[in-house]
Amino acid sequence: MSNATHDTTVEAPAKPTTTVGKAADYLDQRTSIGVAVKEFARKVFPDHWSFMLGEIALFSFVVLIASGFFLTMFFEPSMALTTYEGEHPANMHGQLMSVAFSSTLEMSFEVRGGLLMRQIHHWSALIFMASIVVHMMRVFFTGAFRKPREINWIVGILLMILGLGAGFTGYSLPDDVLSGNGLRITDGVVKSIPVLGSPLSYLIFGGEFPGHHIVPRLFTLHIFVIPGILLALIALHLFLMVLQKHTQYPGGGRTDKNVVGYPAAPVYVAKMTGNFFIVAGVLTLMGATMAINNVWNYGPFDPSPVSAGAQPDWYMLFLEGSLRLMPGQGTEWVIAGFTLPLNVLVPAVVIPGILFTFLIVYPFLEAKVTGDDREHHVLDRPRNRPARTALGVAFLAAFIILALAGSNDLIATHFGLSINAITWVFRILFFVGPVFAYYITKRICLGLQRKDRELVLHGHESGRIVRYAHGEYVEVHTPLDEQERWLRVNYEAPAPLAIAPKTDARGVKRKGYASDKRWQGLSRFFYEDRVSPVTPAEVEAAHSHGEHDQLDGSERQAVEAGVGSTSREH
Amino acid sequence: MTEKLKHSKRDEDIFVKALAARRHHRLAPVVLLLLALLTTGGVYAALAPSTANAETVSTADIETGKKLFQANCATCHGANAEGRDGVPSLVGVGAAAVDFQVSTGRMPMQMNGPQARAKPAQFNEEQTAALAGYVASLGAGPAIPTDEQVDAELGDASNGMALFRTNCAMCHNAVGAGGALSEGKFAPALWETSERNIYQAMQTGPQSMPVFNDANITPEEKRDIVSFLVEQREGSAGGNALGALGPVSEGLWAFAIGLGLLIGAAVWIGAKSS
Repeated sequence: MSNATHDTTVEAPAKPTTTVGKAADYLDQRTSIGVAVKEFARKVFPDHWSFMLGEIALFSFVVLIASGFFLTMFFEPSMALTTYEGEHPANMHGQLMSVAFSSTLEMSFEVRGGLLMRQIHHWSALIFMASIVVHMMRVFFTGAFRKPREINWIVGILLMILGLGAGFTGYSLPDDVLSGNGLRITDGVVKSIPVLGSPLSYLIFGGEFPGHHIVPRLFTLHIFVIPGILLALIALHLFLMVLQKHTQYPGGGRTDKNVVGYPAAPVYVAKMTGNFFIVAGVLTLMGATMAINNVWNYGPFDPSPVSAGAQPDWYMLFLEGSLRLMPGQGTEWVIAGFTLPLNVLVPAVVIPGILFTFLIVYPFLEAKVTGDDREHHVLDRPRNRPARTALGVAFLAAFIILALAGSNDLIATHFGLSINAITWVFRILFFVGPVFAYYITKRICLGLQRKDRELVLHGHESGRIVRYAHGEYVEVHTPLDEQERWLRVNYEAPAPLAIAPKTDARGVKRKGYASDKRWQGLSRFFYEDRVSPVTPAEVEAAHSHGEHDQLDGSERQAVEAGVGSTSREH
Repeated sequence: MTEKLKHSKRDEDIFVKALAARRHHRLAPVVLLLLALLTTGGVYAALAPSTANAETVSTADIETGKKLFQANCATCHGANAEGRDGVPSLVGVGAAAVDFQVSTGRMPMQMNGPQARAKPAQFNEEQTAALAGYVASLGAGPAIPTDEQVDAELGDASNGMALFRTNCAMCHNAVGAGGALSEGKFAPALWETSERNIYQAMQTGPQSMPVFNDANITPEEKRDIVSFLVEQREGSAGGNALGALGPVSEGLWAFAIGLGLLIGAAVWIGAKSS
C-alpha cells in the first residue's frame, strides 16, 4: 500500500511519527473517520455564555451516569424486611426496614465513598433539572425554538419530562418515609383519574399501596428504561443541534444565512473540556460538603408518619404547591357511584397538563399568529418580542408561585407568618400574579424598545453642553457606532395577521372566515402593541432636523469624527 | 311470712352470728377505711413522683413563689392562679409546666399573639423553683424531671427516633428542625431546647402541643426521644445539614450555590474569547 502511494501520488501523505498520530492513522485507514473529524473540528459555533447552559445539563448527566453506576453496585432494590445491624447511624440501629433502605444505609456508612457518591448523585440530579430549566428559558426567551428547531424544542421538553421521571423514580428508591409520602401522593393522583384510577394504581403498585413491587419496578425504570431513552434523546438533541447549526445572537454581520463564531477544535473542545471539569468539580464539592437527602433522618417507610417540611425535590415542588393550594371541601363529587376527586384531579393532573401543553404548542402557536414560515438562525433580543417574553415570564410566575406554595410551611416558620394567610395569598396570586407579570414585562419590553429607538435616532448623551450665542443650551449627542446600531435596528416587529374579507367579490360568505378571525384576534393579542425598528429614513430625518441641525458645521463634524466608521451620507 | 321462714331456716346460725358480731369493734370499719386510705395514699405518694417532689420545696420558698406569682403572673392567671377566660388555671399543672414556661422565657408572656414566644428567661433558677413550688402546692401535677430521667446518654436513640417519627415529627420536622401550625402558630425547632425542657414539654403539653403522659410515652421512652434529639445536634454525616429542612432548602442551595457557581463559570469561560 505504501509503495503504491509513493508511485502514484506526487505529494505523499507524511507518515505519522507520534504515538497518537500513528493510532489515529491506523483508525483512519480502517474507518475513514478523518473525514468526520475534519468536518466536525472545523464546524463553527457562535460564542456566548448562555449557550453553555445546556452543556451544564449534559455534563451533570455524565456525572449522574458515573455516580449512578457506582451506586447500582451497592443498592438492593428489594422490599423484603430486615433488621438493620449497622452501628451507624445510631438512630437506625436495630430497626425493622426494607432491604432497599438498609442497603442505602450500608452504602452510606459502610461503603468507602458511598455517602459522597450518593450526595454527588443527588446534587447532580437537582443541578441537571435546574440547568435544563434555565437552558429552556434561554431558548424560549431568545426565540431559538422557531423554525427549523421546533422538533428539537419538543425533544428538549421530552428530555425535561424524562428528567422529572428519572428524578422521581430515583428519589423513591431508598424507601424512606419522605419518598414513601411522595409515592403515596402519586398513588392518590393516579387514583384520582376517573374510572381508570383504581385499576391503574393496582397495576402500578402490584396491588394495594405500598405492596412489595414498587421499589424493584422503579429501580428498573430508573437505571434502565429512563436513562436509555434519555441517552437516545440527548444524542438526537445534539445531532439536530449540529445538523441545524447553532443559533447566534444578533449583531453586526450575523444573518440567518451564516454562523459567526469559532471552530469546534480547538476552541470549543478546550472550552467544553474545561466546563466539564468545572461542572464535575462543583458537583463533587457540593456532594462533599453539603448534606442532601439524609434518609436516616426520615427513617424507613411506614405509611403512618408524615413529618413537617415533607416536600419533594424542587422540580416537583410546583405539583406539591398546586395540591396544597386546592381547596379540599366541596370539590370531591360522587357521580353514579364514581368519585370524581376534583381536589386532586385539578391540581395534580389538569394544571401540570396545562403548563406542559403550553410549552409544547407554543412554537407552533407563535408561528401561526405571526404568519411566519421562514427559517430563523439569529436569535431575538427578548425585548423585541414583548408578547413572547411577557408570556414566558407569566408562565415562570405561575411556576414559581406554585413552588412557593409548596413551601408554604417553611415560609410561615421562617418569616413568622400565618400559613393560612400565605395559602390564601398564593391562591389569589396564582390567578392574578401571571397576569400582572405579563403586563409588567410587556411594558418593560416596550419601554426598552422605545429607549433603543431613542438611542438610534439621537445617539448617546455625551454630557457636553453647548451654549449658542443667543443663549440656547444644547446637549451634544454622540451617534451610535455601527455595531450598536445594528443590534438595535435589525429586528422584526410583526404586525397582526391580515385576513381576507368576510365575503368574496360576489358577496358570498367565505369559508373559514370565523376561524381566521379568531386567529387574527390572537395575533392582535401578540402584536397589537409594538415598537417598529428605526428605518434609515427615520435616522435621516432625525439628523436633518434634530437638535444636531442647530450646531454649526465644525461642531457637527467634530461629533461625527468621533465615530469615524459611520457611513451615512451627510 | 318469707321473713319468718328465713328466720326459722337460719335459727341455728343466730348464735354463731352473735359471736361473730362481738368479735368486731363497732369502730372497726372506720379504722379499716382509714387504713385503706393511708395505704392507697402512701402507695400513690410513692409511685407518683409529683407530690413527693413538690414537698421538697420548703414552705418559705412557696411563700416567695406566691409573692412572685402575685407580682408577675396574677394579672392574667388570677390571684389564686384560678385562670379566667382564655387564660388557663394553673391549679394542677404541676411544677414541670411552670419550670418549662418560665425557664424558656415563654412566661411571663411578652405579648399576645398566636402563641407565647420563647425569650431570655425573666427569672433566675431560685425564683423559677419558688414559682414552680408555689404552683405545685396548689394541686398535684407533673414534677420537674430528675437529671437521670433526662440524661441523653442513658437513652436509646434508635427507639427515640421511631417514637419521634410517629409522635412528634409531623409538627417538629423529622429531626426537630421545627414546623408550621395553623394561623401563625408553630412547633419550634428543638436544636437549642434543653433536655429537661424537652421532657417537660412532653409531660405538660405547652400551647398547641398535646400532653404525652407516662401511659402514652413512658419515662424511659421520653428519655429515648431526648437522646435522639441530642444526637441530631452532632450534625449530619454528609456535611453541612443546610438547616435539616429537607428538599426545599436543598433546592434553594442547588440554585444559589450550584447553579450560581456553574453559571458564573460559564460566563467566565464565555468571556475568555479565544
